[in-house]
Amino acid sequence: MTATETARTVEPASPWPVIRSVGVDGLLVSFGDRLEEPANRAALAYRAAVERLSPSGVEETSTSLVSVYVRFDPLAVAHADLRDVLLGLLRSKDWYGQALPEGRRRWRIPTVFGTDRAPQLAEAAAVAGMSEAEAIRSLTGAAVRVQTIGFAPGQPYLGELPAAWNIPRQSKLTPRVPVGALTVAIRQMVLFAVSTPTGWRHVGQTGFRAFRPDAPEPFVLRPGDEVRFVVTDPDEFDAMAASGPDGGATFEVIR
Amino acid sequence: MTRGFILRRGGPQLSIQDMGRSGALSQGLSRGGAADRLALVEGAALLGQPDTLAAIEMAGLGGEFEATAELRIALTGAPMRAEIDGVAVVWNASHLVPRGGRLKIGGVLDGNYGYLHVGGGFDTLDLLGSRSDHRAAGVGRPLDTGMTIPVGKDTGDEVGFRLEPVARFGGGVLRIVPSLQTDLFPVSERDRFIATAFRRDARGNRMGAPLVSDGDRFGGDAGLSVLSEVVVPGDIQITGDGTPFVLLAECQTTGGYPRIGTVIPCDIPRAAQAGAGSEIRFVFVTMDEALAAERAAATERKALRSRRQRLVRRPQDIRDLLSYQLISGMTAGRDAD
Repeated sequence: MTATETARTVEPASPWPVIRSVGVDGLLVSFGDRLEEPANRAALAYRAAVERLSPSGVEETSTSLVSVYVRFDPLAVAHADLRDVLLGLLRSKDWYGQALPEGRRRWRIPTVFGTDRAPQLAEAAAVAGMSEAEAIRSLTGAAVRVQTIGFAPGQPYLGELPAAWNIPRQSKLTPRVPVGALTVAIRQMVLFAVSTPTGWRHVGQTGFRAFRPDAPEPFVLRPGDEVRFVVTDPDEFDAMAASGPDGGATFEVIR
Repeated sequence: MTRGFILRRGGPQLSIQDMGRSGALSQGLSRGGAADRLALVEGAALLGQPDTLAAIEMAGLGGEFEATAELRIALTGAPMRAEIDGVAVVWNASHLVPRGGRLKIGGVLDGNYGYLHVGGGFDTLDLLGSRSDHRAAGVGRPLDTGMTIPVGKDTGDEVGFRLEPVARFGGGVLRIVPSLQTDLFPVSERDRFIATAFRRDARGNRMGAPLVSDGDRFGGDAGLSVLSEVVVPGDIQITGDGTPFVLLAECQTTGGYPRIGTVIPCDIPRAAQAGAGSEIRFVFVTMDEALAAERAAATERKALRSRRQRLVRRPQDIRDLLSYQLISGMTAGRDAD
């Protein structure tokens, strides 16, 4: 059984994109194995195209950072047939050259860095080879984008951070981070939408709720949105956190 | 008065579950739904209704339910002690609860998840196409003491059937296919994984079932810097401390810890229902073997309704549940249905 089939569309030397199986009822089209802007854009554009094409037997699609996941009924459509359809679509266009989704927004989210609200700032800074002050400057100076929504509802993976932040996840899980926790690993930040155990280091705390099950739009952030985290002090933060699910965050539409 | 069950007393982990929510994966919300999908199909077969209707999933412990109207019920999944108005009733069977009747469901006898189905299904709020509570995501209301859980319109009237449950409460050998990250594990680690007899740990929940073993931890540090990628129910994720978790219905949508393989869908009920301490082993199968197993399981599910047997005695008359179960094999032969 071969798990991998290769489709060359960009340059003959590149092994990407590849189509692999995910369990018995899924296929994954990956545009790379590292987080790179073109691969991320390719995944977003390709998924939109799969949704438009709506191949027979497909039940659901989603994007991860550089891949598109296609869940299907394997008793209704054969693996090989669906793979051919996806391969045909891959070859139809240069997916790496596609634009970001339209209607993107630029968010500013107030954040407390360090203190007892976010107890792993010092540790994360040390692993990245920075002082705490340098770490805060670096994290607030970066204009990061929502590269995918995943793990938990509405929860953004944000990147890309400067190379110094290419730090591994912890080998031991933090038992629980609160909703709104800003965490860091492998040149990315995750803004937690739920309270959960995690291997990512907790460097900042926001009052932002990325998932609002009772709201008309339960999922707040979208892939492509830009986010800047803005330093705030704990007192100001408490007032903003109490003000509503935005926690003091604001946005403007990018034109 | 709302047609339904008033929850008089409930175990700590009751939730409304159906086949789950399709279409929100791209927003980070996994499908969720019943931990043991087969139990939903069994309940539907017993009541003669679609398997898409919602049931109450009871992890470990049931509760006490008062009917506000005459209700048809079925009990499936992990067997629990159950009685209606003080009279023990058979598990994996359908019964009638009279208006004002009290259904008491105790602790689990074997396995993890028991299910209470009603004719017409539970009619709680539909969010994005499903009634499934997704606790990990904060979707759905807790079932609180005193609340009435509404029941939808019941168009059927059959009651008094039982089904021989598909055995799935004691672990066993689970079939897996390679995951896209299987290659991150050296061949020696994969071989050791397949050779290991794991035990289902008592921890664990609807997100995943942790496994323990006596040998060395699995994996290495390579996975700690892998890009987060899609995860699916059935994936066996090796966390940073080397513990394998079989991911279940309420797993996350993406994850960074590497997966050594993926349990095939028709074996997931056994992974979910393996009681604490049950021995679990894994075997790699080819995609063709996996698909053949899925096809066979789908055929079995379709045949469930025709396999129903009439409860020979009226359930109200059965005083001793355990002795009844001992002779249940003999009643089948006299069943003309």
